[in-house]
Amino acid sequence: MVQKIHPDAPSALAGLLFDGMTIAAGGFGLCGIPETLIQALVDSGTTGITAVSNNAGVDDFGLGKLLRTRQIAKMVSSYVGENKEFERQYLAGELEIEFCPQGTLAERMRAGGAGIPGFYTRTGVGTLIAEGKETKVFDGETFVLERGIVADLAIVKAWKGDPYGNLVFRKSARNFNPMAATCGRVTVAEVEELVGPGELEPDQIHTPGVFVQRLILATHNEKRIEQRTIRKEAQ
Amino acid sequence: MPWTRDEMAALAAAELQDGFYVNLGIGIPTLVANHIAPGIDVTLQSENGMLGLGPFPTEAEVDADIINAGKQTITELDRTSYVSSADSFGMIRGGHIQLSVLGAMEVAENGDLANWMVPGKMVKGPGGAMDLVAGVRRIIVLMDHVDKQGTAKFRRNCTLPLTGANVVDMIITNLAIFERPDRQSAFLLRGLAPGVTAQEVRDLTEAEYEEALA
Repeated sequence: MVQKIHPDAPSALAGLLFDGMTIAAGGFGLCGIPETLIQALVDSGTTGITAVSNNAGVDDFGLGKLLRTRQIAKMVSSYVGENKEFERQYLAGELEIEFCPQGTLAERMRAGGAGIPGFYTRTGVGTLIAEGKETKVFDGETFVLERGIVADLAIVKAWKGDPYGNLVFRKSARNFNPMAATCGRVTVAEVEELVGPGELEPDQIHTPGVFVQRLILATHNEKRIEQRTIRKEAQ
Repeated sequence: MPWTRDEMAALAAAELQDGFYVNLGIGIPTLVANHIAPGIDVTLQSENGMLGLGPFPTEAEVDADIINAGKQTITELDRTSYVSSADSFGMIRGGHIQLSVLGAMEVAENGDLANWMVPGKMVKGPGGAMDLVAGVRRIIVLMDHVDKQGTAKFRRNCTLPLTGANVVDMIITNLAIFERPDRQSAFLLRGLAPGVTAQEVRDLTEAEYEEALA
């Protein structure tokens, strides 16, 4: 059997990294982000990265770590509002950004992973997002052509994984992870819990192992909360 | 006297129908959830992949893996399901969500909406707003009637880059309610905040609209 489980993140990323590469990452805000693999990318020193990710982390966490070390040259994201260092680099012209509506970004990753080079969507028609893109009228309504995304590497975070690379996500930490997993030429997953063969219920697997080439047990599971909102007990 | 934010949210909540699946934007629209009438059963959707949002958690219930699109901690209900972002936007783009309530910087008389960027300022990105206005069947905007400089936000044309073209069905401001029966029609003035006159609204509105007060 091919050994997908690697002892640590550097070993799981060995031979996959090069300057100027495109990396797709799962996560929404700081929820469900591959913390361990992001730290390993920081340590690798890989530069000129195009990062495909819904958000850009915060200053000292998530993809913000790679921004702080100037390893990211371009972000493809829907919303980057929580990161001051991002703002500084962007305004200084040091960082390129391609804004992509959130649903379009999810679908671009899904399409890329499913072998679909482009698709038409209503989202963004008549806005700056559609400028310079081909449009087509279906049943009297205008749609814009968006491209599928295939990344050199995808990094994802899952709750549980088995030696075959089957993954189960937990609650809203699923978000972009399943699509990211499909759109990588190589996909590396970090999991909070490694389980044995047969321990995952086949009907409950979110990402089948065919999409996951390498797997590690996550060592960074801080799961920082961006907006801790609490209700009073009595309510 | 202008409506408060809570009163505006309550007016939007009155538009919810039993059985609706609804997406509430960040900010004042979030308050709509506090005003849902008894007997009206509504399922709230959050575009990060959660269908069936519960209330904010107690300290003991906080779970970093359960957040809404505003990245706030939230709780589950007995109906809750989780989906991927692609499936979540499939619900939205596919027209399966009946109603969305959003904030706005500007709305034009033809239903154009601008709420994502101001040229020359740091642009944070559209998030899911463009997908929501393109796919959700009915869009209600909650916004102040004029901006901080006193400029009308309901305008002939949007001056800011659009989030969507011809996508707004109803506008609830702190002064008035505008609505239109379909996206080919002009907006109608449907309601006024207590003590606000139709003329005052006319003076603070750049858009053309028809008066249809009950």
